[in-house]
Amino acid sequence: MTETIRFKLNGQPVTLDTDGDRKLLWVLRTDFGLTGAKYSCGIGVCGACTVVVDDKAVRSCHTAVRDVKDKDVLTIEGLAPDAASGKLHPLQQAFADLGAVQCGFCTPGMIMTAYALLKKNPDVTREQVIAGMENNICRCGAHQRIVQAIESAAGAGKRG
Amino acid sequence: MEDKSVATNNAHDPAHDLSRRNFMQSLGGGVVILFSATAPKAGFAQEQPKQQPKGKPAGGGFGMGGPPPDLNAYLRIGEDGKVTVFSGKIEQGQGNTTALAQMAAEELCVSLASVTMVMGDTALCPWDMGTFGSMSVRVFGAQLRSAAAEARTILLEMAAEWLSVPPVQLQIDDGVISAVDKSKTVTFAELAKGQKITRALEGKAVTHTLAEFSVMGRDAVRVDAVAKVTGAAKFTADYSFPGMLHAKIVRPPAHGAKLKAADASEAEKMPGVTVVREPDLVAALAADPEVATAARAKIKVEYELSSGAAPETVDEKTIFDHLLGNLPKPQIPANEKSGDLAEGEKASAEVFEHSWRNGYGAHAPMEPHAALAKPEGDGMTMYISTQTPFPAQNQVAGLLKLPPEKVRVIAPFVGGGFGGKSSGDQSNEAARLAKATGKPVLVAYTREEEFFYDAFRPAAIVKIKSGVDAGGKLTLWSYDVYYAGNRSAEMFYDAPHKQQQVYGGPMSFGPNAHPFQTGSWRAPGANLNNFARESQIDVMAAKLKADPLDFRLKNTSDKRARAVLEAAAERFGYKPAPAPSGRGIGIACGIDAGSYVAEIAQVALDAKGAVVVKKVVAAQDMGVVVNPAGAKMQMEGCIMMGLGYTLSEELRFKGGRILTTNFHDYKLPRFSWLPEIDAFPIKHDDLEPQGGGEPAICPIGAAVANALFDLEGVRLHEMPFTPERIKAARKG
Repeated sequence: MTETIRFKLNGQPVTLDTDGDRKLLWVLRTDFGLTGAKYSCGIGVCGACTVVVDDKAVRSCHTAVRDVKDKDVLTIEGLAPDAASGKLHPLQQAFADLGAVQCGFCTPGMIMTAYALLKKNPDVTREQVIAGMENNICRCGAHQRIVQAIESAAGAGKRG
Repeated sequence: MEDKSVATNNAHDPAHDLSRRNFMQSLGGGVVILFSATAPKAGFAQEQPKQQPKGKPAGGGFGMGGPPPDLNAYLRIGEDGKVTVFSGKIEQGQGNTTALAQMAAEELCVSLASVTMVMGDTALCPWDMGTFGSMSVRVFGAQLRSAAAEARTILLEMAAEWLSVPPVQLQIDDGVISAVDKSKTVTFAELAKGQKITRALEGKAVTHTLAEFSVMGRDAVRVDAVAKVTGAAKFTADYSFPGMLHAKIVRPPAHGAKLKAADASEAEKMPGVTVVREPDLVAALAADPEVATAARAKIKVEYELSSGAAPETVDEKTIFDHLLGNLPKPQIPANEKSGDLAEGEKASAEVFEHSWRNGYGAHAPMEPHAALAKPEGDGMTMYISTQTPFPAQNQVAGLLKLPPEKVRVIAPFVGGGFGGKSSGDQSNEAARLAKATGKPVLVAYTREEEFFYDAFRPAAIVKIKSGVDAGGKLTLWSYDVYYAGNRSAEMFYDAPHKQQQVYGGPMSFGPNAHPFQTGSWRAPGANLNNFARESQIDVMAAKLKADPLDFRLKNTSDKRARAVLEAAAERFGYKPAPAPSGRGIGIACGIDAGSYVAEIAQVALDAKGAVVVKKVVAAQDMGVVVNPAGAKMQMEGCIMMGLGYTLSEELRFKGGRILTTNFHDYKLPRFSWLPEIDAFPIKHDDLEPQGGGEPAICPIGAAVANALFDLEGVRLHEMPFTPERIKAARKG
């Protein structure tokens, strides 16, 4: 059933007339051309589709677009508005610098999960990072460097 | 414009001559070096299915074709002075783009940032067989370096003429050639401007020595890192074109099932839905993927089940008996045969017979297989998540009855392949559906399709009969491997009487063997071969009450093996003790893709009886290291990924019916599994760069198995080491 759905997407207000049951992942990818969030398992198990809604990490593959009405949706594309000028978010910078990226398919979901984790707890410990990332799957085995990158970005956040 | 020389060789086929001429014309201006990078030995990691199992769905492995033609890559210094390398290799996360760019930059004396890699595009890159076998750097990279060195020599000769200074008195700094006293300079751009110089690689130019390295041998941030952290990196399913349809194809309930009837009338009534019906292909297509999925659900289908290659009584428990009951003929490699097995047995004070196994494993890349086919005039442009763009091009061209050049295949970033994307039917499906609808069509597998159509790592068995004399020296090594092939099974311990019998490879099998398609899984067969050899060695050491490291060192004169074992032991702070010592420390050593790796793991058990790997130290001799940071990333990745095949990854099935469907029932390593990993390459500077993408995954299963034995004296013979298997092994 078509309904009007308004929300903020990467800081900009957007309006859609669409079936509210559609999954946020496909709306982002198909209607907005934002392909950073990936389909990988489709059942909310792997975290590749993670975006941030009102500062919380959500699995967009099983979130109805109706559920983000009037909310703030942040995707990997909106994380560093100045990315074009080379300025990355500290998490993105740390992932790149520390080699926390291999095939890159899980990376946007990893970074968005970590973003929400650090929002909630900027003084995150290594154990909290590991627990917070537990439900994001990386097949290449970049885990050690992903943990280091998140710790490093948390430190950078505290410093500056 | 000056056309100095166009060198060709070995081009006898007229069609090839024509395409070659077209290709030469397409190169454009500047200085171009053409080169060919062939595999070091035939058959390595390229084995293709010799026989398809009966009743299997059509498609599967891409035909790998023959050896590459006379050139398969080139390097250009454009008229703007920029360096571009064109190669049919693909980036699937292993970081070859970065390492190869480093190799080109090193020899051309330019910064890493000034090298552009154009990869995996059949319209722009010369033919390449595919990306597998840890060959990008050690095989292709070596040729790339020579080509870049040759380009440097040509540029220096041109600069000498331009500046009237002898070449030996010139130096290059980031694309600027100057006289040593800096009195005169000329840039690559100035030299290449208006030129059209094309040379085939002669291989005479001298590459930089280690002491001269300024780009190679240094840590480099991955050239694809920024694209990947910003979401800008595009994978196949991220592409979209006007009018594009998402296709959802009706799938059989089991391998071997045949479509009998399909009623798509309900689906066809849905607005915006197109249904394509062919005898063996029924699909719902729509602009919105969820609409296509809903439409597919409305198609009523009937299948005729067939027992295919294996009846439903064949499952993950009975598969080994099934496989051993359907054996292909063995091969006995000459280089692994010496002495006489009967003599060896006579000389043995103790003989050991064990068998070692693993079941089927899935590749489970985070990116499921995808292909986008876009009709263009009388041809087709394809975006495919593939490790083998050129074989895919041939396959699609054959299917559409088009000459290959009418099909352009682009392999964008590949979201993990691990061997699984050397095959896949999705490109055929997309091409057929695009042809049928006349529109761009995306076939992107669901995770369930991915688990169903994977070319699984085969279930396989190794049986070893070995012996030692009273002094603890190896006397006998009889090694029979079934369905895994003998990659990494070379016996680097000194056994005077030895033989290998190889029954089938990871991709070849008898007609009634596997119930579904199998294929290469990161270092095909090597993980099982390492598990088998290193476990058997440990069994013997334990029986002799010898320290496992001492026993290994006492029994190998292979210098590289000794070096990695000693380096790992030193870094670990290893203290000798016979197993089981209760410490939970295990050692394993292996050879793969020209590299040697030794790994030491320390394990414990958690409250539920599951293995917790606390620490892994890995020392790898991979020759000259191109990108130390990249090499370590690959080693760490191998170890972490390897914990999956070691501890949890296991496919469940009944005959052709795959019961494992998604990540909830196929357990991949998680963050909480992360051990303290200390993985490092050791110095071996007089050896050319060797493989780095696979070697370190091979010994991890054995290292963990041996650590488990050291912990409590329990010996596991089948991977993965689940709590149930550990419990069963304790009972004996």
